[in-house]
Amino acid sequence: MTKSELIERLSDEHGLLNKKDAESIINLIFDGIGDALATGNRVEIRGFGSFTIRERDAREARNPKSGELVSIPSRKTPFFKTGKELRERVDG
Amino acid sequence: MTKADLIENVYMTTGFSKKESAAIVEMVFDLMKDTLEAGEKIKIAGFGNFVVKEKAARRGRNPQTGSEIEISARKILSFKPSQVLKAAINGQQD
Repeated sequence: MTKSELIERLSDEHGLLNKKDAESIINLIFDGIGDALATGNRVEIRGFGSFTIRERDAREARNPKSGELVSIPSRKTPFFKTGKELRERVDG
Repeated sequence: MTKADLIENVYMTTGFSKKESAAIVEMVFDLMKDTLEAGEKIKIAGFGNFVVKEKAARRGRNPQTGSEIEISARKILSFKPSQVLKAAINGQQD
């Protein structure tokens, strides 16, 4: 399912939401989660899961093509932990 | 941030009541959960992909007792963040 299919399904299921409203709501939700993470906050959605930031240490690596040694600076990466309800439903 | 904050955002932006905004946000996550439960992946452009992966059965060890145990095959959900999200989190323009 893509974002546009999610927008369509939301609009179909709700009845009062046209496509345009559904689109702004879906954008609001994912932009809201992204903005919270970008400002260093964790996001917890009960029954779905939580998003947190994990720090990756700086490390030395090799360019696989040239064999050149490159240093990769420390960076942050988003991490998703599946909530209990969703974890059980996915494995059902 | 929690679901309540997302509901507040929808309420402030759309003109729906708090109750309606809550129902809409709930509906979005329910639609996503139903989709993932059916084993279908979800691709949100600019955010990331949620993918259900099959894990094979394997032998493991109880770390407390050291006894060998069989870990059964299972399905897990994994999230792969998009480049755009990763860049935003690292404070780049993208």
